[in-house]
Amino acid sequence: MSDLAANREIDRSRMAVSENVAIQITNMNKWYGAFHVLRDINLTIYEGERIVVCGPSGSGKSTLIRCINRLEEHQAGSIVVDGIELTNDLKNIDKVRSEVGMVFQHFNLFPHLTILENCTLAPIWVRKVPKKEAEETAMHFLEKVKIPEQANKYPGQLSGGQQQRVAIARSLCMKPKIMLFDEPTSALDPEMIKEVLDTMIELAQEGMTMICVTHEMGFARQVANRVIFMDQGQIVEQNEPEAFFLNPQSDRTKLFLSQILGH
Amino acid sequence: MADLTFVRHEMVPEQAPPATSVGPRGWLRENLFSSPLNAILTLLSLGLIWWVLSHALPWIVLSSWTASSLGECREQIAAAHGEGTTGACWAVIRERYLQLLFGFYPSDLYWRPLLAFGLALLALAPVLFTALPRRLLWLSAAAPFVVPWLLWGGSVWVPVCVALGFGLGLAALRVVSAAAGGLAGVIAAGVVPVLWWLFLAWVAAGLLQAILPFGITPVESRAFGGFMLSITIGLVAITLSLPIGIVLALGRQSNLLIIKAICVGFIEFIRGVPLITLLFVASLLLNYFMPPGTNFDIILRVIIMVTLFASAYMAEVIRGGLAALPRGQYEAADALGLDYWKAQRLIVMPQALKISIPGIVSTFIGVFKDTTLVSIIGLLDPLGFSNSIRANAEWNGVVWELYGFIAALFFVFCFSMSRYSMYLERKLRTENR
Repeated sequence: MSDLAANREIDRSRMAVSENVAIQITNMNKWYGAFHVLRDINLTIYEGERIVVCGPSGSGKSTLIRCINRLEEHQAGSIVVDGIELTNDLKNIDKVRSEVGMVFQHFNLFPHLTILENCTLAPIWVRKVPKKEAEETAMHFLEKVKIPEQANKYPGQLSGGQQQRVAIARSLCMKPKIMLFDEPTSALDPEMIKEVLDTMIELAQEGMTMICVTHEMGFARQVANRVIFMDQGQIVEQNEPEAFFLNPQSDRTKLFLSQILGH
Repeated sequence: MADLTFVRHEMVPEQAPPATSVGPRGWLRENLFSSPLNAILTLLSLGLIWWVLSHALPWIVLSSWTASSLGECREQIAAAHGEGTTGACWAVIRERYLQLLFGFYPSDLYWRPLLAFGLALLALAPVLFTALPRRLLWLSAAAPFVVPWLLWGGSVWVPVCVALGFGLGLAALRVVSAAAGGLAGVIAAGVVPVLWWLFLAWVAAGLLQAILPFGITPVESRAFGGFMLSITIGLVAITLSLPIGIVLALGRQSNLLIIKAICVGFIEFIRGVPLITLLFVASLLLNYFMPPGTNFDIILRVIIMVTLFASAYMAEVIRGGLAALPRGQYEAADALGLDYWKAQRLIVMPQALKISIPGIVSTFIGVFKDTTLVSIIGLLDPLGFSNSIRANAEWNGVVWELYGFIAALFFVFCFSMSRYSMYLERKLRTENR
């Protein structure tokens, strides 16, 4: 587990949670064929919240956050993101997607485009930003994730950690209101995990609304204001990180925590 | 116990590598004689090459260029190189090469196909090589109208009116989608040009020709032949089969059941039928379905069939490229808010096409060579022409020379396509270059 809590001073005062609702999920259910993957999900997320979703594999945590930008379709209940309800209306879906950034486990950078082009593509084609302005924004965010010197290389020439930081910069270039992270460090070598988590911590300190599926419990303790534990497609427990880790209520949570913290 | 300590006091200076590992000797050793088996194989191959060349070269060199019949050829060779010598009779090529290249195209108009194909090459260049100035793309847009006009001749207003159809489609898209929404605009953009081409374009072209006559001598399709015919059919089939193939491949992956069924049905039907059958349909059967008296140009019919045939194969090649693309690429494009067409154009197609380059170029080469099948329905492509030349009393029995010449020309075209595809693959490789 990452020990980054020890070497980084976190200024929690800047990470205030607003009263405004960012995402409202009500009685949401989803099936893959006959398999009931998400069962009766009710979740309200406020602007500025940093939420860590954890749980055993197959518990539906990735599916849950993929429903938020409609990479997966839900069959019952409602999901409202930034005041827009996700239905079959393609316009609404594209609108939500341009407001919600997503970072994937396997980076999913576009290998045929340079780093800079990866970052400017969506602003130019979706937001209709002029090319020059998009490039300036992209360089700003590439500097922020500390790899401006790689701007003209191709993704295949970068290390995994660098690629994931580019993926974060690419999402930020769309100036999203919400960021989704789907196991962003699971495909990385240990020494690269830190550079990606540092980037995410910085983002949290700027007040970004973040939902992060991760097993980095150090990150959860340090940055999250709420930890959600899922099992068998349901939210089993949610609490503030201190209480969640020190005093879990359900037996399922206790078992899970003992397994991942026990070594 | 032995002493395990060691200290180096003098550093070893850099030395030249042994002569057996660099230079010509090193190359020979590495590539031809690296092991006893390799050495034997090298010697055997050299022997084989020597055997082939020792038979072929005299035949090629001890030849006749000036005779006017096969018999005369043999006499000339026997007189020059001794009785019993067999040599090539290149005289047949010298006498008939213009026909093999242009068919019965009027000889005073040879400049037209030459100019047309030169123009076509110039129009393709900016598409093939991105380093060329983008302004050349205007030429690429004009070429589809200018090249057929140069080949078939006739009134200049026909290609102008055909081109106008595209302009009308664009105008309909703009006007109707502003007035009645996007879908109506797309439908109008499809319907308006088709109506124009079917009913009004010919009238308009006739009127314009009457008012302002300008045209070049028309040439009938029957006069087309030789390599000119192969290149005409091949060029159109190649340039059209790629976009049609892309549309079919996307249609095959579509969620819309009817579109998917149409595309799958089309692809499987065309791939399930030999090209020759389609060509017979084009040359014989189609006439039964046409109203009597209509003159639907035979070359146009053949081009349509060959294009459809190539498109079906192209669709499957591109589907392979699409299937090789990781799911994450689609998801990343979606997550950034790109709509379907933008995601296809900017993310999916550039990668899928790059993966499919070898298959696409193979299909191109195959289509170009398949154009020789039109000889079966009586069109005089190079092979058809060689048959008619050999049917001639003077040249009866000339085989190797004609087929060798045709093969060499086909090889030049196909080999250049193959080299271009390798260049493109190298250029598009983005990993660790």
